[in-house]
Amino acid sequence: MTLELKGVTKSVTGRVHIHPTDLTLQKGTMNVLLGPTLAGKTTLMRLMAGLDVPNAGRVFWHGKDVTGHRVQDRNVSMVYQQFINYPSMTVFDNIASPLRLMGKPKAEIAAAVERTAAMLQISSMLKRKPLELSGGQQQRCALARALVKEAGLVLLDEPLANLDYKLREELRIEIPKIFEESGAIFVYATTEPEEALLLGGNTATLWEGRITQFGPTPDVYRQPVDATTARVFSDPPMNFLDVTKSGNNLRFGDNQTAHATGKLASLADGRYRAGFRPNHLELRHHTDNALEFRCRLAVTEITGSETFVHLHHGPDRWVGLVHGIHNIAPGAELAVYLDLAHVYVFAEDGALVAPAAYATAA
Amino acid sequence: MAQITLENLAHSYLSQPKNDDDWALKEMTHTWSDGGAYALLGASGCGKSTLLNIISGLLRPSQGRVLFGDTDVTDAPTAERNIAQVFQFPVVYDTMTVRENLAFPLKNRGADAAYIANRVQEIAAMIDMQDVLDRKARGLTADAKQKISLGRGMVREDVNAILFDEPLTVIDPHMKWELRTQLKSLHREFGHTMIYVTHDQTEALTFADKVVVMHEGRVVQMGTPEELFERPEHTFVGYFIGSPGMNLLDARIDGNRALVDGVPIPLGAHYPALKGRTQIGIRPEFVTITDRADGLPVTVQRVEDVGRHRIVRATAMGHTLNAIAPEGREITAGQPRAIFDPAHVNVYADDWRVTPAETAGKAA
Repeated sequence: MTLELKGVTKSVTGRVHIHPTDLTLQKGTMNVLLGPTLAGKTTLMRLMAGLDVPNAGRVFWHGKDVTGHRVQDRNVSMVYQQFINYPSMTVFDNIASPLRLMGKPKAEIAAAVERTAAMLQISSMLKRKPLELSGGQQQRCALARALVKEAGLVLLDEPLANLDYKLREELRIEIPKIFEESGAIFVYATTEPEEALLLGGNTATLWEGRITQFGPTPDVYRQPVDATTARVFSDPPMNFLDVTKSGNNLRFGDNQTAHATGKLASLADGRYRAGFRPNHLELRHHTDNALEFRCRLAVTEITGSETFVHLHHGPDRWVGLVHGIHNIAPGAELAVYLDLAHVYVFAEDGALVAPAAYATAA
Repeated sequence: MAQITLENLAHSYLSQPKNDDDWALKEMTHTWSDGGAYALLGASGCGKSTLLNIISGLLRPSQGRVLFGDTDVTDAPTAERNIAQVFQFPVVYDTMTVRENLAFPLKNRGADAAYIANRVQEIAAMIDMQDVLDRKARGLTADAKQKISLGRGMVREDVNAILFDEPLTVIDPHMKWELRTQLKSLHREFGHTMIYVTHDQTEALTFADKVVVMHEGRVVQMGTPEELFERPEHTFVGYFIGSPGMNLLDARIDGNRALVDGVPIPLGAHYPALKGRTQIGIRPEFVTITDRADGLPVTVQRVEDVGRHRIVRATAMGHTLNAIAPEGREITAGQPRAIFDPAHVNVYADDWRVTPAETAGKAA
């Protein structure tokens, strides 16, 4: 069972929402669409579902061309950011509604509703109306309705965005479990890198209507193909600075030099952009080959166990995420350290030319 | 700017509240200092919006008083309270330019033109919108509009307080970093009293000097981010702050050790005899999964790679137990056991933290 997009494009009134896109999703996989607002996540999902027809390209379901088929004729469910439940119906009737539309026998419906409700832990609420439930329970009800008809393709469009932080945390743990039980193709849109990591499976990073990379989630995170993917898949954002290679020498920023080893040694001489993640920046000198940068502190944010340090480094703005509580006065000059093994090197056009050594070692 | 005092404050949406559950806000007395940055943090329905509405004057409390400085404002309408408010969704005038939007609160109060021009420039620089000042607000992105709302909230220097109600909900993660940092700098620069309502712990902890954690209509703890992390006064604070939250295990407390299903766990301090339901609380950050023989035997259920670290989801004698493991380090292949850092084990009796009698070292 597969869903295949081949050369699919979508424009609305002359504006391109989706550039030519090829994507194949396999049965029983969780696929995250990760990107900021307006990157094209919802448009892509609507094309997958058959809610919109592409301007060009074809959509295949189990190898059969379903381009232009109505969503009603396809085996698809979708869950939106806003919990959509029928307020006048009980939770039971809400969950049962797709099966009733399909004309399933009563006993079969009851069994399917009970089973799905149990999976989402709302069995005790089946007799209540959605508005008598908490936000988290309402979204569980909407999720149950999407899952009950055992659609082959389940599309979840930022389903947790309107929920409280802690409820999100609970449902994030449950969704992968639910998905493992169902065997469908799941597609899950989110703006949050951490959510993509928690869901696991595969991730497609989206930027301005293009899929920049698609692969197993941890691989996309640790081995991004370009600077755009790295930026989309980093929260807080990835930090960047200029690096120049000449001979065996790497010069970072204005004055930090390092000996080019491993993959870095085979780079052609020239100018590049170096990128590193906030959690790899250190306030202390840990390793011998750490790079040292003089920065000016903009502001610190303390979370209780960790500190976000916002820094100015020449023209670049950086964020570091460091362990412990660090109260540093705004405007203070300080040194920060970075292990060369944590540095990604990108060409000036953004393509990755050398992954960070730590990411390939694992 | 003003100190805010909540005096014997309580609220019920019912006309004749009978029992404890009928009170959306249970009686509380608090003083919030002039120039402080406070966050009200809690799940939906915890009473944080009720409290904000009482402070802003949208709601009259069933009992008690609200004071701004020495002035009783309990019965004063919002307009007389001299406060600025920023809401969850941008409130901007589409037909006005960005400049006119920012100037609006000042014009409204009859400030002179030179002052307004100057002040609008300052704020525009803060929110990084100098180059779009003469554009109409219509057609700007939701992010940009919310920046205008934030700017307008900050434009008056003479307000008693600025109230923020989930102001970053509609903002993309990347932009949140920028706006939060700006808010923080603005607070440092101008020293307004700020009250910020949110359900998002990261926003609350990073924004506020003091976080006010609310649960079921009560303030369960008011403290610095460090205090909330290190010493949650209530099990709810332990659960709500941190991702995942604090682990809680039923335990019998015996002096300087706890017994979890008979397994002794060293405590960093000596505790008196306790009544009620006793538990130990330990944050996942201070749990190590090892193959050492003296730990609590656990079964690892799942390991989640969240990039900068991994969350190990385990069970220990039927209880869930989460641990945080650093990026790249192997989780033990042998018989896994959980070791707790004694200095970070807290003890709870009926959900409230127990202050130790003395440190374990002195007791021995």
